[in-house]
Amino acid sequence: MAAPIPNSAGDRAAIMLRSKRGNQRLIEQFIQGGTFSATLVSAFTTIGIVVVLLLNSLPFFQQVSVGEFLTGREWQPAGGKFGILPLVSSTLLITLGSAFISIPLGLMVGIFLAEYAPRKVRNVVKPALELLAGVPTVVYGYFALTVVTPFLRGIFPTIAPLNLLAGAIVVGIMTLPLVSSLCEDAISSVPRSLPDGAVAMGATKFESIKDVVIPAALSGIVASFILAISRAVGEVMAVAMAAGLMPNLTANFLDGGMTMTAYIVNTSKGDLPRGGIDYFTVFAVGLTLFFITLGLNLLANKFVRKYRQVYS
Amino acid sequence: MSRFSTPAAAARIRQRKTVDRVFVVLMGIAAFIAVSLLVILLYRIGSSGMRYLGPDLINEFPGRRATGSGARHALFGTLWIMSLTLLFTVPIGVGAAIYLEEFNRRDSWFKRIIQLNIANLSGVPSIIYGMLGLAIFVPFVAVLAGDARSGKTLLAGALTMSLLSLPLVIMVAQEALKAVPSSLRDGSLALGATRWQTIRRVVLPQATPGILTGIILAASRAIGETAPLIVVGAAVMVNSVPTGPFDSYGVLPLQVFNWAQRPQQDFKDLSASTIIVLMGILISLNAIAIIMRMRAQRRA
Repeated sequence: MAAPIPNSAGDRAAIMLRSKRGNQRLIEQFIQGGTFSATLVSAFTTIGIVVVLLLNSLPFFQQVSVGEFLTGREWQPAGGKFGILPLVSSTLLITLGSAFISIPLGLMVGIFLAEYAPRKVRNVVKPALELLAGVPTVVYGYFALTVVTPFLRGIFPTIAPLNLLAGAIVVGIMTLPLVSSLCEDAISSVPRSLPDGAVAMGATKFESIKDVVIPAALSGIVASFILAISRAVGEVMAVAMAAGLMPNLTANFLDGGMTMTAYIVNTSKGDLPRGGIDYFTVFAVGLTLFFITLGLNLLANKFVRKYRQVYS
Repeated sequence: MSRFSTPAAAARIRQRKTVDRVFVVLMGIAAFIAVSLLVILLYRIGSSGMRYLGPDLINEFPGRRATGSGARHALFGTLWIMSLTLLFTVPIGVGAAIYLEEFNRRDSWFKRIIQLNIANLSGVPSIIYGMLGLAIFVPFVAVLAGDARSGKTLLAGALTMSLLSLPLVIMVAQEALKAVPSSLRDGSLALGATRWQTIRRVVLPQATPGILTGIILAASRAIGETAPLIVVGAAVMVNSVPTGPFDSYGVLPLQVFNWAQRPQQDFKDLSASTIIVLMGILISLNAIAIIMRMRAQRRA
């Protein structure tokens, strides 16, 4: 039998509606599928990062043992010496030094913004911090070279022209806004009734902050510290410009050094021959860096979740 | 202080109040230090950068002397990188946010893993993305271009920056979608609109200001980041303006990096001038975001 032929205006309208609905269903499915694939891109990025780092550092670890890599005290890839400790020590000094600036200062600014600052002062300090956070990291490198190091030379005449201290200082400034804004959020999310209760019982404002607000916001505050440290570990341009490219196993802030990130960026610029030992070394160092920051970020996540559970 | 029974108690109260006041002063000093750091930074860049801030900076290419040198290639390279990055990252990022907030609203293990993954990706150091780009995008682009010698072109750089800014776009867009009241969605669906019609005509217009903020943030990152682009082959020695995605390129922050490290003060000043151009672009982008947000709020 032939398909029914539309013989009235009503039938035609019904068929048009049906086919329009069909189109719509197709569009719906297409959009849902498209957005789902977009979601998968983020998953593939993670997989891609892990696979690329592992696969490309494998040839490196076939030539250099993991033990030698992690405990060797000399880093001279050209001379066949692949001990990562000099790179780790520079990274560690920069990170610790920057934490000495960003953590106390950031916490104090965070408390100030959440608890004390009058609206007018807030309207100056908040945008200033946002701007500080948005400054590209090469600008901090420029600042280290042209302002911080000359200033430091006045205090420590023996300081190297490229030194870890200047790197630590600019990374500390760079991560300060991160600490202050996260601390402010953590402190603001503590219900007002807690410090108010303390003040009603006769505590001074300082005591209510020290003994009530900060303990209540502690996990958020600690998370901000860890994130700042993680940022400092992964920072590249400012530290490469400030501290230089001399692999140097040192605990002296006045010396130059080379961080893991500085090694990666310096070695991979220009024409790095694909498949040579230098190429694989870059990935081995990258893998180490990735694991360090991943560990720190997971730790910070854990703290963040803890304080979210308590108050919201 | 006669209300207190003993002089010792009164003294203790005074001491606690002193500590309280000292604390306030310390907080104020900390905030003052933070603001002054910004002022010193801007002042330093402004005072050193005025010297070479002129038409040469955007009309000329890098030369052997600071006078007459410019960063024309880098300015255009930066604009190219920014545009291409947004071209890739905005549809994917907003799409992913729409899927997570609109199509798949229920809590599930899949969503939890994806969410955790996005949070972790946002904390991966930028240089790691550079290495991903070096291992995957550079050879991929070389094949696309049919030129095995080098894939170190704009396209490889932009793809790398797209992945780098993707978590940021997704997270900000998600926040914007979450802020749209579900009564609006329910109303639209109850009137017979499909999911996509609801998203397109009801949810997205409401969420546009928030999503825009995310896009501007992504653009700012694409402009300011240097390290991953160095790894995937942004170059300093470029004497032409890129004309397509398969051209080699330089970017402004890389030019800043290069000139700041020269021993001559002239080049350091030139570097400061380039920073002014770079930060000028960043600040105007953010100003655009603020203006568009205010307009959208007035309409709503």
